[in-house]
Order: sequence, then structure tokens, then C-alpha cells
Amino acid sequence: MATEPLTQNPAVDGSELIRFDHVTKRFGDNTVLDNLDFTVASGKHVTLIGPSGSGKTTILRLLMTLLKPEEGTIMVDGDYLTHEEKNGKLVPAGEKHTREVRKKIGMVFQQFNLFPNMRVLRNITEAPVHVLGMSKDEAEERARGLLDLVGLGDKYDAYPTQLSGGQQQRVAIARALAMRPQVLLLDEVTSALDPELVAGVLDVLRDLAHTTDITMLCVTHEMNFARDISDDVLMFDAGRVIESGPPEKIFSEPEHERTREFLSAVL
Amino acid sequence: MTWNWDVARDFLPELLDGLLITLQATALGSVLAFALGLVWALALRSPTRFVRWPVGVFVEFIRNTPLLVQLFFFYWVLPSWDIKFSALTTGVIALGLHYSTYVAEVYRAGIDGVPVGQWEAATALNMARGRTWFVVILPQAIRRVVPALGNYVIAMLKDSPMIALIGVTDMLQKARSEGATSFQYIEPYTMVGIAFILISYPASLLMRALERRLGH
Repeated sequence: MATEPLTQNPAVDGSELIRFDHVTKRFGDNTVLDNLDFTVASGKHVTLIGPSGSGKTTILRLLMTLLKPEEGTIMVDGDYLTHEEKNGKLVPAGEKHTREVRKKIGMVFQQFNLFPNMRVLRNITEAPVHVLGMSKDEAEERARGLLDLVGLGDKYDAYPTQLSGGQQQRVAIARALAMRPQVLLLDEVTSALDPELVAGVLDVLRDLAHTTDITMLCVTHEMNFARDISDDVLMFDAGRVIESGPPEKIFSEPEHERTREFLSAVL
Repeated sequence: MTWNWDVARDFLPELLDGLLITLQATALGSVLAFALGLVWALALRSPTRFVRWPVGVFVEFIRNTPLLVQLFFFYWVLPSWDIKFSALTTGVIALGLHYSTYVAEVYRAGIDGVPVGQWEAATALNMARGRTWFVVILPQAIRRVVPALGNYVIAMLKDSPMIALIGVTDMLQKARSEGATSFQYIEPYTMVGIAFILISYPASLLMRALERRLGH
């Protein structure tokens, strides 16, 4: 495939927090991301949309270091995520460097992925205590605050399996926030939920988007939610950004034929 | 030959002494097997081939040679290298080492059964690898395999009479001594058999119930 310039920078104001440079990700013969460039400015809420298999989730998983790109570099807040500089040369990042940069990123998963062997409070305090070195008392106080924020102040003592899917996902959001990430990655966070539980989770995220300056990168099929919280929407197709802009523009006057097709299928 | 209750009564204290040794050997052997099994299971997942490979060969070697041969090897050969243990300790080491190779396989299955999302969540929380193993993965993995581990404890209990052959005074050895001195065989050996079934059958029922509760 040719590599002509792709989209213009979707977020031009604010300092650049995330940068993908010529990132290619393949699974076997399948090129999921093809020489991808894009940046996200600090504090922006960016939604990735597009047909399944277009590489949206792969982007989040690359940022979370759950995957490694075959080519290209990813930078977070001015540091290489995938690489590190040694003697002026760029080499694949070691574990220590990865953990240092990864501190800035948090993620909420489609399947919640709470630790079923720990109570809700411990799910939230485990990493702040043992990764950030916070005192247990402080971590628990903050965890209770976060549980209040997601409307589950009374569930601190429950085990994850005793909660509904929607409640588990709200705990997962609290758990991610407890690490004070600069970027929150949301990977189809309502896709595994029963329809009546979706609204509760989206409300929490909407509050978060409107009341904090946390940067959000969101993969979702909830177009109304995307319209509501996004500063920018990136339309993906076949591993590339084919169109981007503010949600009013993308949802109301999409320029690209593929975007129109996609939106008419999901809206 | 007819059953003589007097012989049975006389042998009972001996049997209970032997039972204590049998249980002790099984309990210590199990602890050793659980600990060593974990070492093997983790080593077999090491990113370095130079750890994986030798451990793999060693584990296969132990698993595919008879326990009795290993027992005799430890008892007769180790002292000639100036490694000396009591008969009971030698028995515990042989039982524990032999069963650790099966336990490693049980742990492996348990670890494989933990959803990959648990690893991913731990990565997303920037948890250290060791911490992820010990507070996230292993507690879930081991919980799943408790019944399988229990079944190996029962199997070890039933293999434990082999240590009588290196002179440990377990139940079997007590019965052998009784036979050798009084020429009474039917009562001691029958009672040893009954003692085993009284322990291992309820234990295996318990493991089956545990399996059901854990939803296997």
C-alpha cells in the first residue's frame, strides 16, 4: 500500500501526549495497522470508530504494551514507549523503561478483568500500594472515594463475582483511575454488558470526561456516547485513519464514502 | 488360617505407631511435592531456554522412572557421596521429588486456565511480574487445581509403604515385623489395608465433592 500523508493532526491544541509514527502491526500475514501516524493532545477525548478488524483495539493494546509493533515508534508524553535510547541508538524498550512510561497509561477492558480472588477494595488498592508505594491507609481512603465516584461506595467488601457486569466495569474504572494515569484507554467497555447496564457505565465515563482533564482514548460502538464525550473522532478502515474531526462533523457530514457506509450501518 | 482377635488387639498399638509415620511421610512428602512442583512449573515457563530445557529433561526423567528405583537410589547411593539422611527423610525426599513432577503438570494446567485478561489487567496496572504471579495468577490457578492436588496426596499415601523397604517403620513395616516375629500375617496385613481404606476413601470422596463445588 502507498504511504501518502494521512490525516492532519486531530488535536492541534494542547501539548502532544501520544504520538504514533509509522506504526505497523501484523498478525501473521494480516496487516492490522499499516504505517499509521497520529497524535493525541493532552486532555483530549478521542474516539476511534470503524468496522471490526480495522485496528482500533490494536491501537489501545499497543499503547498498553500488550502488543509490540513490528515497525514504527510510539511516544507517550515525550518518551518512547516501545523503544528506549541507548548510546544514542533506538533499541526495543526493556522492562524497566516500559514500566516507567507505562505508569502514565491506564486501561479498562471489555471483559472487566477484575481480580476475582480479591475483594473490590483490594482490587483498587493493590497496585497503588505495591506499584506506586502508597500507604495502605491512603490507598484505601482514595479507593473509597473512587468507589463513591462510580456509585458503588457500599460495595468495597464484595467479591467481583457478587457484582453485576455493570458494577464490575465501574469497579474496573475506579481501579484504573486509582493509578492516576494521564491517559485512560477504554476498550469497548460496554460491549460485554446487558443492555440495561450500559447506561450506568457510560454515565460514569461521561462525568469523568466532563469533570476531569484526563486524556481518553476510546473504542466504542456507542455512537451517541462518542458524540457526547469526544473532542475528536478518528474513523479507521483497514488499519489506517481515513477521516478525522470533531464529532459534529464526522457524524453529520462525513466526507469519506466508507465513513458514510459505516455510520449508516451502526446508527 | 483363622482370624485371631488377640493378635489383632496386640498389633493395634503398633499399627497406630506406624500410621503416624505413614501420615507424617505423606504430609511432609506432599509439602515438598507442592513446593518443588511450583519451582518446576515456573522454571518450565522461564523465558530462558537454558532454564526450561534442563528442568524439562529432569522432570521427565523423574516422572518416567519408578519411584522404588529412585527410593533405593537415594537410600543406597547418596550416602556413598557423603549425603546422609535418616530413612524417613530419604523416604520423604523420594516421595516428594517423584510426586513434584506430577504436581508441576497440575500447576501448569491451573496456570493455563487463568484467563489471559488477568495478565493483561496486571500489566495495565503496571504490576511487577513476581507480584502478578504471587497475588493474581497463582491464587487463581491453585484454587482450580486443589482437587487434583488432593488426588495426588491420596496417591502418595498409597505409594508410601514403599518406604518400608528402606526400613522406615511405617504401617507396612510394622506388619512385616509382626509377621516376622509372631508368624501371624492375616491380622496385621488386613488391618493395614483397612487403615488405608479408612483414610483414602473418605479423602477421595472429599476431593470429588470439592471438584463439584469448584465447578469442574
